[in-house]
Amino acid sequence: MKTGFRQSMVGVHTWAGLVVGWVLFLVFLTGTAGYFDAEIDRWMQPERPLQRETVSAERAVEEASARLSRAAPGAERWFIGLPGPRDPDMTLFWRADPSAGGGTGRVEIDPTTGAPVAARETGGGQFLYKLHYRLHYMPAVPAYWIVGLCSMLMLIAIITGIIIHKRIFKDFFTFRPGKGQRSWLDAHNVLSVLALPFHLMITYSGLIFFAYLYMAPVIAATYGMGEEARDVYFDERFERDSIPARTGIPADLTPLAPLVREAERRLGDGMLGYLNIHNPGDANARVVIVGGPATPSRQRTGLTFDGVDGTLLTVSAPDSAPMTTYQTLLGLHEGLFAGPILRWFYFLSGALGTAMVGAGLILWTVKRRARIGGTPGFRLVERLNIGTIAGLPVAIAAYFWANRLIPVGIGARAAWEAHVLFIVWAAMLLHAFLRPARRGWREQLWLAAAAFGLLPALNAVTTDRHLGVTLPAGAWDLAGVDLVTLVLGLAFAGVAWRLGRRARHEVRAGGRRAESGLRARGSEAAE
Amino acid sequence: MPDRTRGLSVLSRVAAAALGGYACAAAVSVWVSHIVPAPRVEGVTTGLLIGFAVFVGAVVWVFAATTARRAWAGVLSVTVLFAVMAWVAGPVPAP
Repeated sequence: MKTGFRQSMVGVHTWAGLVVGWVLFLVFLTGTAGYFDAEIDRWMQPERPLQRETVSAERAVEEASARLSRAAPGAERWFIGLPGPRDPDMTLFWRADPSAGGGTGRVEIDPTTGAPVAARETGGGQFLYKLHYRLHYMPAVPAYWIVGLCSMLMLIAIITGIIIHKRIFKDFFTFRPGKGQRSWLDAHNVLSVLALPFHLMITYSGLIFFAYLYMAPVIAATYGMGEEARDVYFDERFERDSIPARTGIPADLTPLAPLVREAERRLGDGMLGYLNIHNPGDANARVVIVGGPATPSRQRTGLTFDGVDGTLLTVSAPDSAPMTTYQTLLGLHEGLFAGPILRWFYFLSGALGTAMVGAGLILWTVKRRARIGGTPGFRLVERLNIGTIAGLPVAIAAYFWANRLIPVGIGARAAWEAHVLFIVWAAMLLHAFLRPARRGWREQLWLAAAAFGLLPALNAVTTDRHLGVTLPAGAWDLAGVDLVTLVLGLAFAGVAWRLGRRARHEVRAGGRRAESGLRARGSEAAE
Repeated sequence: MPDRTRGLSVLSRVAAAALGGYACAAAVSVWVSHIVPAPRVEGVTTGLLIGFAVFVGAVVWVFAATTARRAWAGVLSVTVLFAVMAWVAGPVPAP
């Protein structure tokens, strides 16, 4: 009975992981890149200044409100995102009054001049970050469902993985290199156990982001069916009803500088995050200033001011226990509170997760090669593995190349950057199906090595934001992107080289060793 | 067990895990959202938080049960039990 239970759980673990493994690999990989989304944004817009003097929140808000009152007078809401440590620019957003069509606008401005940021059109790091939860080439809601289904199977794979894992502590220190299947199992175990809290947190919290969608009946049972009922839930959750409706009576917006000074006095100098100005120019205008230290529980303080006479009306109350739990899960997932060191840990944990998924997929083939190696099902898994585990990194590198090589100024430039990623990925999948598996691995790994490794060189040729400039200037956000791609290039080259060496040894040994290149790759990871 | 029967049994369990597991998770979550002694938004938020954990538990149960029939019986009885309890408790009224 006991073995029966374990055996069942092994089955669930294997199949839950396999059927969605390739999507999970994409989600983990692009989500991991997303931890440096702002840095990649900066890298992808080399026209932006290398470094920028910081300006006071007061002055930044003055520039912003001047621009907003020209661009969107009588809006329903203005949003001013203040410059932060990772993004020196300011984001302005506005939503026109529903009576005026309710359209939205958005612009990035340079807080020192108030002028729009003049830089190439690009998807930036935001594209990679968005790819990990809303995919591409499809409407958002179906994408959320697909990623949600995959995340649910991931959660099942994690829990069943823990159940079938007999010796978590011992396996933590167990790695038997050069033993083919055993090595792959060890690698999968170590990668999984090492960052287990991260894997659990990131998967569960990923589901929580769209729980209102996946678990819609829970909201419907209390609030009733339909979108309007759901909005009532959100209104109560975010206490949105505290903003009164527009009266239609015009009234000048209070000067924002004194409000910013008051907010900084309460929340700390340089601690303001963003402002929402509701109903500007109306008698019912409200200015909400949100700030305070960024925390894992996303508990920043909101100060609501009267938008006409400038008096402080309310200070946001701390969240209730369920809301704090909810916000903490989302906050931990996003990692927006993380400083540079913790951010690197996020990145490394994400990389471990990506490797865990990849190793699991490869383990599936290594385990079954002897038994079902020639079947179409096996071939499909093997080739999807090559085209995704090696091919997707090539495609992502191609996205970076596209950012530097597509002429600046052409229409739909950002869209073409994304097209390049998917065209290259499709080409890698096709290549994987056309080439013998071991050659396919080697060729794509070498390609990944070249595509990442040469990126700093391409950057040096096409821009003046290369390592020769960014390193002396201490612009670590930009230099970091180049250095990481360099390290990735070297890592891919190392794996490809060892695969090739193993293959040559086998030829010399007269083909006695019938092991696959995959096994060779397993042993090298351990050495 | 012949292959065909075994295949059907696996298919039945997958259905029990996906549909039964989801129904079970929804029923337990709704029940929780109705009984949290706090404003309704807090109960509903708590329900949303625990649903996926219940779902995983149900999936493990479905594949641990000795037969597919028992798997179905298990998830369905829990679903009905919690659905009835949720219905009896009723939603927390609007503030």
